[in-house]
Amino acid sequence: MLDVNDLAFGFPGVPVGRDVTLRVERGATLAVLGGNGAGKTTLLRTLLGLLPALGGSVRVDGVAVARLRPAERARRFAYVPQQHVPPFPFTVEEAVVMGRAVHLSTFARPAEIDRRAARNALERLDIGSLAARRVTELSGGERQLVLIARALAQDAPILILDEPTASLDFGNRARVLAELDRLRRDGLAIVFSTHEPDHALAHADQALLLSGGTSLACDAAERALTADNVSRLYGVPVDLVDIGADRRTFVVRGARALR
Amino acid sequence: MARELTGSRVPAAWALPIALAALAGLALLSVCVGRYALTPAQVLAALREGPGGGGTDATVAGIVWQIRLPRIGLAILVGAALAAAGAAFQQLFRNPLVAPDTLGVSAGAALGAVVAILAGAAFASVELAAFTGGLAAVVVVTLVSSRLRGYEPIVTLILTGVVVGGLLGAGISFVKLVADPYNQLPAITFWLMGSFAAATGRDLAAAAPPVALGLAVLAALAWRIDLLALPDDEARALGADTRVLRAAVIGAATLATAAGVAVSGIVGWVGLIVPHMARLIVGPGFARLLPLAAAMGAALMLAIDTAARALLSVELPPGILTAVLGTPLFLWLLARVRRDW
Repeated sequence: MLDVNDLAFGFPGVPVGRDVTLRVERGATLAVLGGNGAGKTTLLRTLLGLLPALGGSVRVDGVAVARLRPAERARRFAYVPQQHVPPFPFTVEEAVVMGRAVHLSTFARPAEIDRRAARNALERLDIGSLAARRVTELSGGERQLVLIARALAQDAPILILDEPTASLDFGNRARVLAELDRLRRDGLAIVFSTHEPDHALAHADQALLLSGGTSLACDAAERALTADNVSRLYGVPVDLVDIGADRRTFVVRGARALR
Repeated sequence: MARELTGSRVPAAWALPIALAALAGLALLSVCVGRYALTPAQVLAALREGPGGGGTDATVAGIVWQIRLPRIGLAILVGAALAAAGAAFQQLFRNPLVAPDTLGVSAGAALGAVVAILAGAAFASVELAAFTGGLAAVVVVTLVSSRLRGYEPIVTLILTGVVVGGLLGAGISFVKLVADPYNQLPAITFWLMGSFAAATGRDLAAAAPPVALGLAVLAALAWRIDLLALPDDEARALGADTRVLRAAVIGAATLATAAGVAVSGIVGWVGLIVPHMARLIVGPGFARLLPLAAAMGAALMLAIDTAARALLSVELPPGILTAVLGTPLFLWLLARVRRDW
């Protein structure tokens, strides 16, 4: 579905990363990990075609993303950016209905079917009760969920999420990750960035580790996310500990080891 | 605060009919009052008989049809244009502090007008020069900012508008400096303060089509314009061609503003403050915001112009009244709504 070949990304004159090759199929999830400033957001924006690639290619079903018009891109990709405080107090329902833009002609206004899609997306994330609230009044975590709902209402086969769990509490984080698993089972191709190697290990099929402007590893999650690689990625010694029930978690070695 | 006002649908749904009714009432009141006071019965009779005057009273017919109706029509037209354009620009720039002239349309129109006055142009060509100057300023600003990179496009656009506006302001100062202080300078000062006093039916006929076209485009794109309130990346990821959409909105809002400014001169505040009041009542969704802002802008402009000519024996420029009323009103809004514009 999504094919990235030898991609160099960044801003005109300011390369951020290079040599990224990956492939995400329908019903599969790729996690992107990297330290602060490693270029995760820039990579995701390049995949979405919001930034031109500096080299290499991004293709969806064989079509170069750079060639697509915005509406054609939006039919293929839905994007969940990091949450921010919006300048105007739209209601949650109004904000989620905006995800339907690509299904509406230029001069059209959303109809009942679009509002229903928005409400369904909210229900799916268990936040139907927020529908009449104003986005400016929500907590950061609630706003993040609203952005995810908007992407679901967009109904695109590829979902790209920029640190979707960053501002969520423990329960909402679990809820969003479970929803990502469900969407993957429904056949979406999912790319998300995260600061939590545990989330990548538990919820992604593949992992891309970005470090020093290039990919340190890009492989099946189990193979990419070794204690060794994660230690190198974040510059702190890490153990991968078996916690039973076929689950493992990354643990930073004792504070003494950090000195 | 905003939530109390907008949380239920009832006041939002009633807002537009109420604003339109207030506008109609104001218009009738405005035809009646003035140095030559008329009764509603006289006015209705004159309206029924038409501009020809039918016979009863030629003076009344002349006042109603030649003087007051064009002036009322123009105040309504300009108020609606400025408020609608202000609402569009605020959404477009994701900034509730911008006004219709942020991209330099007023400064360009003013420079066009004062240069025409300096050249001794007839009244009609002053208006044409103002209209052309306003459009040209915005074209220059958008072209220059599209060549600049490195910031978010919106930030670049606003900054370019501010600096080009500053340059145009210097040009206006220069024209004032070299203008004849006995004839031209008063005319320039008068134009820069804005006035509906010289309104004619011909002004109305000249300004109405561009204003109507601008507002029609904004109305047709109303729901898409909501997408422009999102960061550029998000709007594009939702499928909006933000460059085309932004150009259409800037073009439509500028057309309406330039046509209004060309016939009325610079009347500040209405385009800044009315969209806020309308947004407090119906929320930021542009499809409901646009008609209410236009109706409220028309009503406010008409009320101010009527007060300006009826309250004092010396007629005040409406631009001064809008500033005197607008400043405390805006500060009150700021204190009231906090972050919830």
